[in-house]
Amino acid sequence: MNASASSVVSARKLGLTFQTSDGPVHALSVVDLEVEKGDFVSFIGPSGCGKTTFLRVIADLEKNTAGEITVNGMTPEEARKSRCYGYVFQAPALYPWRTIEKNVVLPLEIMGYSKTEQKQRVQRTLDLVNLTGFGKKYPWQLSGGMQQRASIARALAFDADLLLMDEPFGALDEIVRDHLNEQLLKLWAATEKTICFVTHSIPEAVYLSTKIVVMSPRPGRVTDVIHSTLPRERPLEIRETPEFLEIAHRVREGLRAGHSYEE
Amino acid sequence: MTYLLRSWQGSIALLLCLLALVRLPLLATDASTPFAAAGTAGVLLLIAVGALACFMRISRAARALILFVTAHTAAWLLIGGMSGNEGNASLSYFLLIAASWLLGWRCISELAEIRPSSRQTMMALRLLIPAIFGAWVLILWEAITRGAGVPFILLPPPSAIWDRIVSSVPILAADVRQTVFKAVLFGYVVGCAAGFAVAILADRISFLRRGLLPIGNLMSALPIIGVAPIMVMWFGFDWQSKAAVVIVMTFFPMLVNTVAGLSASGSMERDLMRSYASGYWQTLVKLRLPAAMLFIFNALKINSTLALIGAIVAEFFGTPIVGMGFRISTEIGRMNVDMVWAEIAVAALIGSVFYGVVALVELATTFWHPSNRGG
Ligand SMILES: Nc1ncnc2c1ncn2[C@@H]1O[C@H](COP(=O)(O)OP(=O)(O)OP(=O)(O)O)[C@@H](O)[C@H]1O
Ligand SMILES: [Mg+2]
Repeated sequence: MNASASSVVSARKLGLTFQTSDGPVHALSVVDLEVEKGDFVSFIGPSGCGKTTFLRVIADLEKNTAGEITVNGMTPEEARKSRCYGYVFQAPALYPWRTIEKNVVLPLEIMGYSKTEQKQRVQRTLDLVNLTGFGKKYPWQLSGGMQQRASIARALAFDADLLLMDEPFGALDEIVRDHLNEQLLKLWAATEKTICFVTHSIPEAVYLSTKIVVMSPRPGRVTDVIHSTLPRERPLEIRETPEFLEIAHRVREGLRAGHSYEE
Repeated sequence: MTYLLRSWQGSIALLLCLLALVRLPLLATDASTPFAAAGTAGVLLLIAVGALACFMRISRAARALILFVTAHTAAWLLIGGMSGNEGNASLSYFLLIAASWLLGWRCISELAEIRPSSRQTMMALRLLIPAIFGAWVLILWEAITRGAGVPFILLPPPSAIWDRIVSSVPILAADVRQTVFKAVLFGYVVGCAAGFAVAILADRISFLRRGLLPIGNLMSALPIIGVAPIMVMWFGFDWQSKAAVVIVMTFFPMLVNTVAGLSASGSMERDLMRSYASGYWQTLVKLRLPAAMLFIFNALKINSTLALIGAIVAEFFGTPIVGMGFRISTEIGRMNVDMVWAEIAVAALIGSVFYGVVALVELATTFWHPSNRGG
């Protein structure tokens, strides 16, 4: 395994087969991927192509059945135990018996941060996702978009360099989504985190990423990895430029190819 | 016609009032102390006023107040006039009772329609409505048992039960101390705590879970009260054997519910904990127990009634000469049914308070659950 020093996630011939009652399901097969430190990697592909599964393998929530993978140079289990990553699930998964503040504090409590540290970090991360003043509310008193932002704050509260996000903005309207995309980019620039981001939206993937991973189903494979030529500084208007449309076109082509393979 | 239909209770009450007037007097002719003419006229007048108030264009609150006063005063006069004349009521008497009951009914439905602005009034109404409802159960019970002269052994009137309660406070207090404060409370706390602890243990140790749970499910379905005589043999006649019955009865519901509750948290919530590399106990305390609260409180509520039943019935099988179950079983043998009813009333009161306290604590702890939000 010759992962370069700056490699955060390194997958070699990674495969995962679920044994189900109606036979094996090949969720991932022969996935090769390098995610470098500071990358913003988007995963895009049709439903069921294994995007969530790949993220879950990185997070050690699922075990690969073939190939190898390292996270921060360790096995996923070691990486999980040393709390290398923050995971934002497809749904907010906030605990309804805790206030927003208490939800954000949860990982800090578990990881044993001091009380004063906890206070500071909650304040800071809630400010970061524009939820200042909502700390005392319960999750069910907030809109879906606010809940999702709270769950992002929770993943940002502790010092993990790697952020795994599974369709975090999937259920939000276009305007809120734009807004959160912009904030996420700012945050990424400010914190120098590495981000793995699953999405179904081509513009979202192109707008956010330095690297776009196009996947196709049955079995889940990587069909194309597109390196973005866009600058790191990205106003929302960049989505109208020819360069942006060019990359979006390539992603769309990649997705089409994946679909035609299926037929 | 539409005028009459505006309140069917009012219309029928008026009709009953007229019928009663035709069928006067209120008591059989050979009654020892017949109703005073003034009293009879008063009752008829009150009911007529109340019935007419149903049709008057006045505020709901005012109408409810008039109905409240007339219905209850009429019932009060009717029941008061019955003393010394038990079993001598005529048809007219029952017609008037029915009429005042209808007015009481109308009063409740008027109160239920009131939409007060302040929280205090709202709370007061929420208490007042069931209170009036309960009062009418007692009024009808009293009026019918005494009016029709139902044999005391079959069903004593509430007033007799109340007299018995008041005159036997020391006995009742001793019984409550023996049964509730010793057997029930001790058994409930120990049984619930043990069920909870074993549930956690079973959660950690898989062979316990696989072996114990099916048995637990079976046991919680069995009428465990059957073990009462055995417990008396093992632990003697005093409260300890009753506490043992309560422990056995409350243990399994708590075990089964807690184990079910511990798997109630969602898979995503558990994955979240795993992503933090959270340990077993942290996950238990911060996720699985809070998620299990609804189940645990369910068991606590079931057990609050089971414990009381268990302790009382267990005393039927041998006890020192004190305790609620002991009193019920001996007094029924002596035909002192009023004492039996007095114990039943006390048990009902204690059971409701017990259940109510648990339910209140539940509401305070599980306010976040979708079924309790916003209430
Ligand atoms: N626990 C599991 N057991 C069996 N099969 C599974 C399991 N999890 C996922 N799969 C299968 O693996 C495949 C990939 O699933 P995955 O959730 O990774 O898709 P996805 O790309 O995230 O899809 P979507 O965009 O709809 O979220 C699917 O065919 C799915 O049925
Ligand atoms: Mg998915």
